[in-house]
Amino acid sequence: MNDMTPTREQRSAALEGMGCKRKRVEDIRFTQGKGNYVDDVKLPGMLHGDFVRSPHPHARVKKIDDSEALKVPGVLAVITAETLKTVNLAWMPTLAGDVQMVLADGKVLFQNQEVAFVVATDRYAADDGINKVIVEYEPLPPLVDPFKSMDKDAPVLREDLAGKTSGAHGPRKHHNHIFEWTVGDKELTDSAFNKAEVTIKEMISYHRTHPSPLETCQCVCSFDKIKGELTIYGTFQAPHVIRTVVSLIAKLPEQKIHVIAPDIGGGFGNKVGAYPGYICAAVASIVTGKPVKWVEDRIENLTATSFARDYHMTTEIAATKDGKVTGLRVHVLADHGAFDACADPSKWPAGFFNIVTGSYDFPTAHLAVDGVYTNKAPGGVAYRCSFRVTEAAYCIERAMDILAQKLNMDPAELRLKNFIKPEQFPYHSALGWEYDSGDYHTAMRKMMETTGYAALRKEQAEKRAAFARGETREIMGLGVSFFTEIVGAGPSKNCDILGIAMFDSCEIRMHPTGAGIARMGTKSQGQGHETTWAQIIATEIGIPADNIMVEEGNTDTAPYGLGTYGSRSTPVAGAAIAMAARKIKAKAQMIAAYKLEVHEDDLEFDIDGFRVKGLPEKFMSMKDICWAAYNSVPPGMEPGLEAVSYYDPPNMTYPFGAYLCVMDIDVDTGVYKVRRFYALDDCGTRINPMIIEGQVHGGLTEAFAIAMGQEIRYDDTGNVVTGSFMDFFMPTAVETPHWETDFTVTPSPHHPIGAKGVGESPNVGGVPAFSNAVNDAFSFLGSTHIQMPHDFWRNWKAAKALGAVA
Amino acid sequence: MAKTHVTMKVNGAEVEGLVEPRTLLVHFIRENLGMTGTHIGCETTHCGACTVDIDGMSVKSCTMFAVQADGSDITTVEGMANADGTLSALQEGFRMMHGLQCGFCTPGMIMRAHRLLKENPSPSEQEIRMGISGNICRCTGYQNIVKAIQYASAKINGVEFREAAE
Ligand code: FES
Ligand code: FES
Repeated sequence: MNDMTPTREQRSAALEGMGCKRKRVEDIRFTQGKGNYVDDVKLPGMLHGDFVRSPHPHARVKKIDDSEALKVPGVLAVITAETLKTVNLAWMPTLAGDVQMVLADGKVLFQNQEVAFVVATDRYAADDGINKVIVEYEPLPPLVDPFKSMDKDAPVLREDLAGKTSGAHGPRKHHNHIFEWTVGDKELTDSAFNKAEVTIKEMISYHRTHPSPLETCQCVCSFDKIKGELTIYGTFQAPHVIRTVVSLIAKLPEQKIHVIAPDIGGGFGNKVGAYPGYICAAVASIVTGKPVKWVEDRIENLTATSFARDYHMTTEIAATKDGKVTGLRVHVLADHGAFDACADPSKWPAGFFNIVTGSYDFPTAHLAVDGVYTNKAPGGVAYRCSFRVTEAAYCIERAMDILAQKLNMDPAELRLKNFIKPEQFPYHSALGWEYDSGDYHTAMRKMMETTGYAALRKEQAEKRAAFARGETREIMGLGVSFFTEIVGAGPSKNCDILGIAMFDSCEIRMHPTGAGIARMGTKSQGQGHETTWAQIIATEIGIPADNIMVEEGNTDTAPYGLGTYGSRSTPVAGAAIAMAARKIKAKAQMIAAYKLEVHEDDLEFDIDGFRVKGLPEKFMSMKDICWAAYNSVPPGMEPGLEAVSYYDPPNMTYPFGAYLCVMDIDVDTGVYKVRRFYALDDCGTRINPMIIEGQVHGGLTEAFAIAMGQEIRYDDTGNVVTGSFMDFFMPTAVETPHWETDFTVTPSPHHPIGAKGVGESPNVGGVPAFSNAVNDAFSFLGSTHIQMPHDFWRNWKAAKALGAVA
Repeated sequence: MAKTHVTMKVNGAEVEGLVEPRTLLVHFIRENLGMTGTHIGCETTHCGACTVDIDGMSVKSCTMFAVQADGSDITTVEGMANADGTLSALQEGFRMMHGLQCGFCTPGMIMRAHRLLKENPSPSEQEIRMGISGNICRCTGYQNIVKAIQYASAKINGVEFREAAE
């Protein structure tokens, strides 16, 4: 070998494979404004649709008069529930086993519900049109408070369900009851509480919030009458599922539906479900024979599509005097709004909320969830969380702090005492999950050491003494949170959506020159798949990531997959990529053996090709193998080098993390300052550390918003009072704290590359860290729990209620 | 509705069009001119996704009528790359510092940062944070956006960019 021969390190670096902070390929187009988002799609003759929406949260629709609207220049059609009935589309199935009105049928059930769809030649004309549609309403009493929804005299919201005593998930107790879901051993848990030395009980609410990606939901539907084909461009996190759903409900053959999700401007769960806009645009295209675009505005996005959370969790822990937990009991009242349109795997009416035992070794637990209808927008989604894991993590992390306070123990110490131990993995939780791997103690101790936790506690004690002496008006809180997430939905044995198992897929085709294309069932909304997926392939088969093009979002070309949400892309599709790449590698090995005239077993893979064992100079690069795959394969072998994998994971993955928030609050103004925020994440194998850190920054910013101010709020009359970015807290660069990130690596034992997923973790772990910091700050004044969101005003109110402010 | 004839300079080229008095500038740019880099995130002046540069000022084009922009000189994100087609210092900064994820806010962010650096070529972190406070990003958590702007500032000033220690 001469001096010019690249070293192993250089060859490996040239691949830009796993572990490399490869710069994103997406950014070349995005930084130049050359992305292609749905609103950028323009088709010849395209029309625009817009909705007439209800100002009332609950009202009977007496009459819809569209005659004046149809006189507006440019307006071509007004579609109502009556129109939709002629094509059997007045109601659509939801992902949760319920049905939902597409357009108001008989009555409206929440403010801004879709009542009629106006189709016009441009968006201004459509807007003129909606203002001329005259709807006569008879207002009905609104039901806003979920705690009153099962009162005897509560109004009947869903008249279509009148008399039905059972729903998609079993018996219904009341006309506004959706389901009851229970898990765990009630008797054993009750007995743990009866025997307990110490117990705590608290009603912990996780308020209603909203994912609000910067790009709203939108679509362009185009029906070709001659071919009988429907093409839909849309902001879809799960394009294949949308195609199947459209096929099932519109009764169009699936192969004649082309769903294309181009670039997506953030999703965060908002773009998983199906909304009336998609159905109406498709029907309008069929009716008019022209492409129809529907673009939601921000107010519509905030008030009518897919809220998140809204869980009210009565939580009890039983423990010994020295702080060992012995039982957990949780009852949740879940406000699902007017229709149960939650995006959860079919078998889980409350998603994966039964991860509520968290990172702790609870010998027994019992959980009950009641879902109820109210006059609010439907569509509870997994907003930057894996199906209700954020609620579960918040619940247990607040409860552990409350227990620590009662026992007069340090919250970090209490956690260390109750963590599942490394040797207990795989660990079976009391509520039925099998955790794959974890090393919680190491993560927690690293967090405590890096942040100087003990010194911070000392400082807090001094500050409290100074506060008591009247020397300062500032109080200090330390918010500890430790979370275990459950992601990677999921194994077909327990996860499906509408009966479709939640596998994911990858197809790789290598071309003669050593370049390739990978097509996926997932769909990036900013997670950088085009960059990271190529990195997995680079490491697996030894072709530089730059030579692999990644394509997603076109149902005509991509293999069937369940899409991107709930941090499932890396755990499921990432595994599919590795498996497809390994099939390619296996064939490549046969070709190399033939060309190098040795037995396959005499070859070993060496970074970017195969080498004959013991004969280092006999080497064939993967690039050369690609060429050979198209001209000199072994006799009897098919030419070409491609593979597809549909990966059904054997289990979920369980990333975890240890977070700390240091916060100061001025009691006289309620103004808080996040002095420090440290986030240690363990997501197993790290594919692109730059992208992981970016995901953590983004998730923490959303967690900060939720914990410290953001809320979808209704007044007593069912009016949404947070319908724009004016009153729905969107943190800017000014409020957003500085983030410190850190990590440990505990690979998943069952995942082909050991990766667990990270996108949701910072939101799951972040919210309790912020909330615990606020609660910790106030705890010495005698409070046990203050409900989120903790904005300045509420902090001030809390201080006043606790007597800290005159 | 009666239409008005407007002319303006966009990214150095003279353009014209017929618009209704109520046509928003952002719609004129996106629909009439077909330049879709300028995005719409809220239509209420809160998010900054529609930010463009008009006569040397950052303007949210969702809150201005096209007729008000008659005769003005506008730069959009499409006019930001170097003459030879390579990424400008700011665009490069966003890529190098991972200052974007979904990329939807990015054109508006870049246009705002462009004007900020014109007015203050060496802003402090606090000045950058204040300077982009009219632009919302839902994905990146701002830290890397700040770094991207610091990177561009260093490059424009011909000094070496050093990331502040965490
Ligand atoms: S679209 Fe103009 S500021 Fe949001
Ligand atoms: S990168 Fe998605 S909104 Fe900023």
